[in-house]
Amino acid sequence: MDFSYSIVILALPLFMFLTLALGGNKMSQKFAGILGTLGLATIAVLSYMVAFQYFGMERVDGVRQALIPYNFEWLSFTEKLTINLGILLDPISVMMLVVITTVSLMVHIYSMGYMHGEKGFQRYYAFLSLFSFSMLGLVVATNIFQMYIFWELVGVSSYLLIGFYYTKPSAVSASKKAFIVTRFADLGFLIGILLLSFYTETFSFDQLTADGGFFLTTTSGATFMGCSVASWAMALIFMGGAGKSAMFPLHIWLPDAMEGPTPVSALIHAATMVVAGVYLVARLFPVYLSVPDVLELITWVGAITALYAAIVACVQSDIKRVLAFSTISQIAFMIVALGVCTSMVPSEGGLGYMASMFHLFTHAMFKALLFLGAGAVIHAVHSNEMSHMGGLRKYLPITHITFLIACLAIAGIPPFSGFFSKDEILAAAFNKSMFWGVWMTIVAAITAFYMFRLYFGIFWGKEAKHEHTPHESPATMTIPLIILAVITCVAGFIPFGEFVTSNGESYHIHLDMTVAITSVVCAVVAILLATWLFAKPNSKPEKMQAALPRLHKWAYNRFYMDNVYQFITHKIIFAKISKPIAWFDRHIIDGTMDMFATVTNSVSEKIKDFQSGKLQMYVWVYIVGAMILAAAAIYTLCIK
Amino acid sequence: MSYAEFLGMGAELSLMAVIILLFIYDTFASQKSGKYLPITAVSLLAIQTLYLAFGGIQEALLFGGMYSTTTMSNVAKIILNIGTILVFIQAASWVKDDDMKIRRGEYYVLTLITLLGMYFMMSAQNFLLFFIGLETASLPMTALVAIEKYKENSYEAAAKYLFFAVFSSALMLLGLSYIYGAVGSLYYSTIAASFTVTPLTIMAVVLFLAGMGFKLSLVPFHLWTADVYQGAPTVVTSYLSVISKGAAAYALMIALMTAFGQEALGIWINVLYIVIILTITIGNLFAIRQQNIKRFLAFSSISQAGYIMLGVMACNDFGATSLLYYVLVYIFSNIAAFAVAGAIERASGKLNINDYDGLYKTNPKLSVAMMLAMFSLAGIPPFAGFFSKFFIFYSAIETGIGAMYVLVFIALLNTIISLYYYLLVVKAMFLKESENPIAPIKSDCYTKTVIFITGLGIVLLGLVSWIYDYIFSAVV
Repeated sequence: MDFSYSIVILALPLFMFLTLALGGNKMSQKFAGILGTLGLATIAVLSYMVAFQYFGMERVDGVRQALIPYNFEWLSFTEKLTINLGILLDPISVMMLVVITTVSLMVHIYSMGYMHGEKGFQRYYAFLSLFSFSMLGLVVATNIFQMYIFWELVGVSSYLLIGFYYTKPSAVSASKKAFIVTRFADLGFLIGILLLSFYTETFSFDQLTADGGFFLTTTSGATFMGCSVASWAMALIFMGGAGKSAMFPLHIWLPDAMEGPTPVSALIHAATMVVAGVYLVARLFPVYLSVPDVLELITWVGAITALYAAIVACVQSDIKRVLAFSTISQIAFMIVALGVCTSMVPSEGGLGYMASMFHLFTHAMFKALLFLGAGAVIHAVHSNEMSHMGGLRKYLPITHITFLIACLAIAGIPPFSGFFSKDEILAAAFNKSMFWGVWMTIVAAITAFYMFRLYFGIFWGKEAKHEHTPHESPATMTIPLIILAVITCVAGFIPFGEFVTSNGESYHIHLDMTVAITSVVCAVVAILLATWLFAKPNSKPEKMQAALPRLHKWAYNRFYMDNVYQFITHKIIFAKISKPIAWFDRHIIDGTMDMFATVTNSVSEKIKDFQSGKLQMYVWVYIVGAMILAAAAIYTLCIK
Repeated sequence: MSYAEFLGMGAELSLMAVIILLFIYDTFASQKSGKYLPITAVSLLAIQTLYLAFGGIQEALLFGGMYSTTTMSNVAKIILNIGTILVFIQAASWVKDDDMKIRRGEYYVLTLITLLGMYFMMSAQNFLLFFIGLETASLPMTALVAIEKYKENSYEAAAKYLFFAVFSSALMLLGLSYIYGAVGSLYYSTIAASFTVTPLTIMAVVLFLAGMGFKLSLVPFHLWTADVYQGAPTVVTSYLSVISKGAAAYALMIALMTAFGQEALGIWINVLYIVIILTITIGNLFAIRQQNIKRFLAFSSISQAGYIMLGVMACNDFGATSLLYYVLVYIFSNIAAFAVAGAIERASGKLNINDYDGLYKTNPKLSVAMMLAMFSLAGIPPFAGFFSKFFIFYSAIETGIGAMYVLVFIALLNTIISLYYYLLVVKAMFLKESENPIAPIKSDCYTKTVIFITGLGIVLLGLVSWIYDYIFSAVV
């Protein structure tokens, strides 16, 4: 099979970025938008071709092979330790290509309507291309260092797009927050990579994952603070993933990241970039399996995040924030699914891997749909607040229907895609233990509740006063909604186990009826509860709020996580650590430098008389200088 | 001795041919066609440079071992030729002035004769030939400094230069006579073989170093430098500061490495160690206070000479390569600085750094060229000056001697000081505002050419790695 054209998938977005960034101002907005969209459409077609070709290939010994069409050596440190740049095609990277290009294409089309007439429209498309390039480079990385490079590039493009409205102070601080928090997490990632490469003497995923025991044997014996180095390295690498995927307690940047344009939230902060952490764990999955304590940690982090974000999402009033917390919660589902795995074989405890990837796929589609729908709503009423909405189903019929489909999918109602993938995750959790199964089912029920609270809040309930009658969005915006809605309706029937499994073998998905029925019943009850509370204007929500004032206040303020960070950074780091260091820098280091400068200056002032212009003086210095040098040489060499 | 041995001196003979051709042209050409003299001089020298580079000059030891030509000396001559060509282009607009017109032929011929003297100095394997070359280079130089003889500054500078040259030559001769007295020969090879360390020979080596220290303006033999640089015409100063210095550095290195390379090593290493520290530091300390751009560049070139001498300290091929490379880069950087200063001086008569305030607003191209020159002289990456400093420091460090680390550390500290004053010029041009900045200057094509070539050189010499490799392959 010839995959040599796959390089175009990386080269084209980079080329688009350079063209739009350098020549954007000379193009009209329309031309730039169409150019960017056409470029991405080409990449999407190529990605589908790759997927078609790759999944059409024969399995070797019943296992899907990883292919490396390109792998060129970029930096070589030692014989063994080199940094390569290349393209790796295996089931998950090919799946990610499809997900990224599909959502990105939808967002490109949608943005032509949504961003119409915005200042910096060309810049927006340039950044989108940069993001597509970085994200595609991340998923096809052949080694962990290449992944790290693109990982950071993704961070940069996310930063640029969150701060797209750079005249708005809240957008600027949100972009900084996103960058600093993820960057802090990436510090752990980098240390993890260095530990890993130090012991295994390789960066390549091939060699790292070739044999689950390889990594363990090379690090065996080395321990640090009671844990093996292997555990430390993998936990630190997970820290990077947790930062990008907004896992508790590194989630604080994602809700603020909603300051960016809504299509960007759909693309980066819902469908693609934020699942990079999940992808990272999946990529190194065989290695994680060999360190069960880290896998346990991953499960706990994911489970806590899922519950926490779901509770917070129940009380937020900004629709994009509800969706942000819902994203955090859903990604945590995927993380938990990976965490509960106990083996590489899908039928023997390795189901979670497939479930996680499946959910990643379906979630990307319906969450993008939710965000784009929210964008259409915001476009219509010019506000993010739920109190400014209500009763919009009459004015925005298409948005209403597509949004409802997405809500049903995320709530886990059959036959929509979310039901199937979530069911696999729950089944995997129950496989591991009753405890995790029950925990995740509760979270799934809460998910159904808050999504329908949102749905009713926007499209039903009391109609708010509008300055002008809201109207449906232009076709450029509704068409992507419809396409994504169709995908959401049918994606559940994809035999996902044929394509992506933990060991590359085919796995036939079968519904676990007990789990499926339980979860559907829970979801339906939650939806009915939401209907009872929010479908018609009434005083029940206020009463509930009054009954549990503290819980509501805490949840509304996101359990004060931001305040905790504020306290740690301002009161402890800035005041107790940075201030003394700054003082030391200003007084001791600068003072020393100033002293050098003063001495230099005064010496130069003192000796300037030697340069008098008098020849006699010059000759005198010359001869005395020569004599002193000679005398010194004679003294050291002959007398001493 | 066979007369055929003369044919082995390809470089010197070809240069002599250039001199004679130019002399004939200048003497017999009509006043009208005399204006083509600059372009003729540049072309002839360029052809001669190509001959040096591709003419297949053989390595040879001639005249009973008095004279030698090697691939290394050939590369050194090529480097000096490139510098001289750049100076000639720079000079082309100056020699068109009314008062220079009548003696432009003298300018070219005298300059080339000094170059010939330097050739001999660099190829010498005997101190007698060395000394003759030195004097051949020095005396016409005096005439060049005084070439604007109606200007008080010019002849004052010439008088100082002449007196100092004579004085230092006398001391050097005294030193050489001591050596002859102790060893009984002036051949480098014989001296190297039968040198013994006694107070007399130590004295001799120090006096020799002092004599060359004058040429290189090493501290404490440097005091003439600022006065002469300031008084001489800018073009001559430019030549004096790069070509004369480069040739002296190379010749000194050859003499030290071959004649004094064994027994005497301990003497000059120690003396030069002190001299380098003094040169770099004192040059810097004085440069800080200068207001006149030519005096400023004089002191900057003093401290640069200190850096050049670092290449001698390693006393091996790597050091020699680094020295030659440093000289090449220094030629480009310093000529760029002098070309800009000269262009401004010619257009506005202004020579003070204060006058450069706000230059970027009125003359952006000149300002950028000057900035490149300053960055390169200060050694800021990615410009050539960074690489030349890097290699010269590395060559000293590579010896692994503890004292060399100290020396390089002091040199590094001094680059910080030098950064300060080089950036003062940049700051004046780019950041400061002025009520009456220098009006936009329309330079002629010669000035533009030289600024363009040197600017390009500053950017490329460091990045194009085969240049260094080429020099290294010639040295080894």
